[in-house]
Amino acid sequence: MPAVLFYILSAVMLAAALLVVLQTHPVYSVVFAIISFVSLAGLFLILGAEFIAAAQIIVYTGAIMVLFLFVIMLLNLRREDIEERGVSLMKTAGSIGTLVLLGLLGGVLAGKISLGPQGPFSQEVIRQAGNTQAVGRALFTDFLFPFEATSVLIFVALVGVVILAKKKL
Amino acid sequence: MVPLSHYLIVSAALFAIGVAGVLVRRNAIIIFLSIEIMLNAVNLTFVAFSRYLDSLNGQIIVFFVMTVAAAEAAVGLAIIVSVYRNRESVDVDRVNLLKG
Amino acid sequence: MSVLWWLVTLLKVGVIFGAVLGIVAYMTLAERKVSGRIQLRFGPNRVGPFGLLQPLADGLKLMFKEDVIPDHVDKVIYVLAPAISTIAAFASYAVIPIGPPTDFFGLLPEPVPLQIADVNIGILYIFALSSMGVYGIVLAGWSSNNKYSLLGGLRSAAQMISYELSLGMSIVGVLMMSHSLSLTRVVEDQSNLWYVFLQPLGFVIFLIAAFAETNRLPFDLPEAEPELVAGYHTEYSSMKFSLFFMSEYAAMFTISAMAVTLYFGGWQGLPGLGSLGIPPVLWFVGKVVFFLFFFLWVRWTLPRFRYDQLMNLGWKVFLPLSLLNILLTGLGLVLLE
Repeated sequence: MPAVLFYILSAVMLAAALLVVLQTHPVYSVVFAIISFVSLAGLFLILGAEFIAAAQIIVYTGAIMVLFLFVIMLLNLRREDIEERGVSLMKTAGSIGTLVLLGLLGGVLAGKISLGPQGPFSQEVIRQAGNTQAVGRALFTDFLFPFEATSVLIFVALVGVVILAKKKL
Repeated sequence: MVPLSHYLIVSAALFAIGVAGVLVRRNAIIIFLSIEIMLNAVNLTFVAFSRYLDSLNGQIIVFFVMTVAAAEAAVGLAIIVSVYRNRESVDVDRVNLLKG
Repeated sequence: MSVLWWLVTLLKVGVIFGAVLGIVAYMTLAERKVSGRIQLRFGPNRVGPFGLLQPLADGLKLMFKEDVIPDHVDKVIYVLAPAISTIAAFASYAVIPIGPPTDFFGLLPEPVPLQIADVNIGILYIFALSSMGVYGIVLAGWSSNNKYSLLGGLRSAAQMISYELSLGMSIVGVLMMSHSLSLTRVVEDQSNLWYVFLQPLGFVIFLIAAFAETNRLPFDLPEAEPELVAGYHTEYSSMKFSLFFMSEYAAMFTISAMAVTLYFGGWQGLPGLGSLGIPPVLWFVGKVVFFLFFFLWVRWTLPRFRYDQLMNLGWKVFLPLSLLNILLTGLGLVLLE
């Protein structure tokens, strides 16, 4: 059952991501991005990362994508004419580069993946403590310093955005 | 259970789509969206490894990536808005004031 | 997962969905009745005894109206938007516990929880869905291709993001005390003392943010009639309009159920007195109905805020206050333990 779900969700996610790039209207791109991110949250659920799945939907679709949509609506961006400039050198290079990258990654993956040593958090351990509790405990003990550092990062971003967005301070 | 390599292939494909978006599209907002797609591809890899290695570190890194992505989206969109104010366009090819 | 489990779950989904639809239908009547009484009128009383069949008449009327899709709209998104709104509003009930586990007077071999799914990230699930609900409004506003709708959509995007922060932050206090994100656990924890007594500040912030989150007066800026005609749903007619209408009431119901579950003990009886012989489900419904009435009461009593006042309030008053609430809760927990 999870295996079938995995393939369905992956297919939806990849198709939606592809459409983000192919759409000419920014609003449609954002809508497909939302579909893609929600499917990714489903994949996180299959992987047993419930907290991350919820955070994915709340942060990405609930905040970041609304912000994108807000900016598109604010600037009133319309459908763009892609044909105008024709196939430029950049596009050809981009497509070839992407294909090469994809091929490289596939080639690496075709080889055998050897996993490192197993950690202490097996599915049973996580189920006992609860995924959120386990992640929270790790976040506030082993990763306390990075966690505090992100608060500084967010504060800097906040100040930066206010300075950028205000016409006159 | 789905083998780990399938997760990695899916996330590689997602990452490649993101790269293609950045290289091919000239609309600043789409480029930005493609960057988010790349970040998401990386997140998928992290969580998949965290599941298959029985370790939580991957999920915690994803948490940090999301925080950074949120901050980055806010700053980036603010930059796009101020560029649009000056140029009336979000086409990155037209933002070439520093070019000689 | 036996056949019985599937049957019971499907039955639960059906019953809860039906109950919510019924409540939403009768809330439209209640709204008109309450507003009538507040303005010294009777409200609708022609269709059936006391106007009780009015929702049915309204529903039929809306269903048989011509479904106009204006020429200038973006058709795909225009059709999609009301569906997103409705799904996001209705799917939240899956995690709200409406009663303790019961075996229905011996009908079932083992007690089943009166909740469709006891997810261990229950609260986050509701937040995730409510954040999806923004898209219904924003996309409707954009796809209508009409300046009033666009303004309504823009306003709701900014408003809902701003108040979602305060809403989320105000709940953190409850989570710190219950040590769990599962709503079942939160309710069980309140058998002796409701959290509203321990979290008065958090509750006030939650309640006010809830009004903004559901776009109800005094914060119904996205559809402010005098300024924006009807805001995001100006261009909608027939069933599509009624889907928006229903999702607004369903969202009110969700947020009331959340307030009851998080702060007023869910299906638990009065603190210290127990359930007084009244079934837990009735306790839950009674409390929710009180909150729904409170929503209507406020709507017909307070005037609308101005948009800048709303944003100032959200960012400069409620967000700092909710952070203060977290700090105080943390201090209290440390000092008491």
